[in-house]
Amino acid sequence: MKMGPFAVKKLTTQIAVAVMGASMAFGVIAAGTLKPSEEDITKYLRPAAVPQPADNMMTPERIELGKFLFFDPRLSGSNFISCATCHNPSMGWSDGQPTAIGHGMGQLARSSPTILNTAYQSLMMWDGRFRSLEEQALGPIEDGGEMAQPMHELIPEIKAIPKYVQMFEAAYPGEGVSKEGIGKAIASFERSIVATDSGFDRWLKGVDTAMSDPAKRGFEIFKGKANCVACHSGFNFSDNGFHNIGLPDSKDDGRYRVKKVAVLKGAFKTPTLRDVALTAPYMHNGQYSTLADVVAHYNRGGDKNPGHLSPNMKPLNLSKAEQQDLVEFLKALTGDPLALTFPQLPVN
Amino acid sequence: MLNTKTVVAGLVVAMFSVAAGAAEVVVAQNSKSFKKDGAKIEKLSIKAGDSISFKNEDPFFHNIFSLSDLKTFDLGSYPAGESKSVKFDKPGVAEIECAIHPDMLLEVTVK
Repeated sequence: MKMGPFAVKKLTTQIAVAVMGASMAFGVIAAGTLKPSEEDITKYLRPAAVPQPADNMMTPERIELGKFLFFDPRLSGSNFISCATCHNPSMGWSDGQPTAIGHGMGQLARSSPTILNTAYQSLMMWDGRFRSLEEQALGPIEDGGEMAQPMHELIPEIKAIPKYVQMFEAAYPGEGVSKEGIGKAIASFERSIVATDSGFDRWLKGVDTAMSDPAKRGFEIFKGKANCVACHSGFNFSDNGFHNIGLPDSKDDGRYRVKKVAVLKGAFKTPTLRDVALTAPYMHNGQYSTLADVVAHYNRGGDKNPGHLSPNMKPLNLSKAEQQDLVEFLKALTGDPLALTFPQLPVN
Repeated sequence: MLNTKTVVAGLVVAMFSVAAGAAEVVVAQNSKSFKKDGAKIEKLSIKAGDSISFKNEDPFFHNIFSLSDLKTFDLGSYPAGESKSVKFDKPGVAEIECAIHPDMLLEVTVK
């Protein structure tokens, strides 16, 4: 993985110096006028670029092709389900369902995760079974329960559409229409779906009014008493790790299916919290409909399940007001609406 | 962050181990990386008979394991400050991971 230039770094230092100066000038900061610390700015300011694999660097042609494919239901066996059916940009790139609906309206076992900021993830899917977005993009297409589209049928279907043939040539010259090309193009598009500035980001950059006082207090609880940062760490609010957080889901072993290590029984990937207010219902099985329910779950230290509850989980003893503050902080992670043009798909 | 105690303990262990012919190498789990003497490592070479002591220096749990043919083990989850040791008897290569944080990978070559 190659990291793009981090122009933000210089800015971070400038802001940090400014904040330090402000702190010294005003002395002790009273509650209700909480300012981001230098450490907060270093840890949470969004990077300016996304990591890209050397063999699939993002180009406008690749992103454009990926966008067309992402929204095209002809990528499913029924010609009725596109990637965007479950990863709907109008619904926080999810679907509002507790768990996803797949081929033939069949209900799947896990909820549709957002594709926002997947560029920063190291393993894909709730159980981390795919090591790259390129691999992940092909998974649901071929999965019988999801889009149920055998690849050997899809390739000729796409090849029969001249516009797509041109677009593949522009994106991946000389490679034709291929399974790898489909995966790479969709991955390029997904990598371009990056969180935008939220109230929290603007507050980090020095706009004090960008977050409400409850949200500011919620951030302190998030880092402190509730220790959400044990897993939801960094600017993407994820450790890219796997934890059993005590959801009573006896049928799904989660990460254990991929790695047979005891601690992974019932463990699922830590999702990003950016735009989390847009992606209800919550958890891998969609069992909670509100963020307040989620916070209450953590507050009681999770529930019993057949796996090994993460030792990071314990009752938090948060008051009702503290729980509400935490929810307000989570809401402050909603970014500005993404500017996105929708593709006009070629008819034939 | 390098803990002075760790270094001292490591040196003391190393001195005794040299006398016994086998060493104990301290590998820390710090900032979700494997670290030796404060520096991030992805590969480590040891001798057959040596042990690696995995010390958690992060303020959250780690769970070090390996499913390698050379050595299969699962140290379970343990918090900051705790260490668990694994002895490598035979030559070969073992991939060591943290179950909770899959970005943490260490390739150990036993000579």
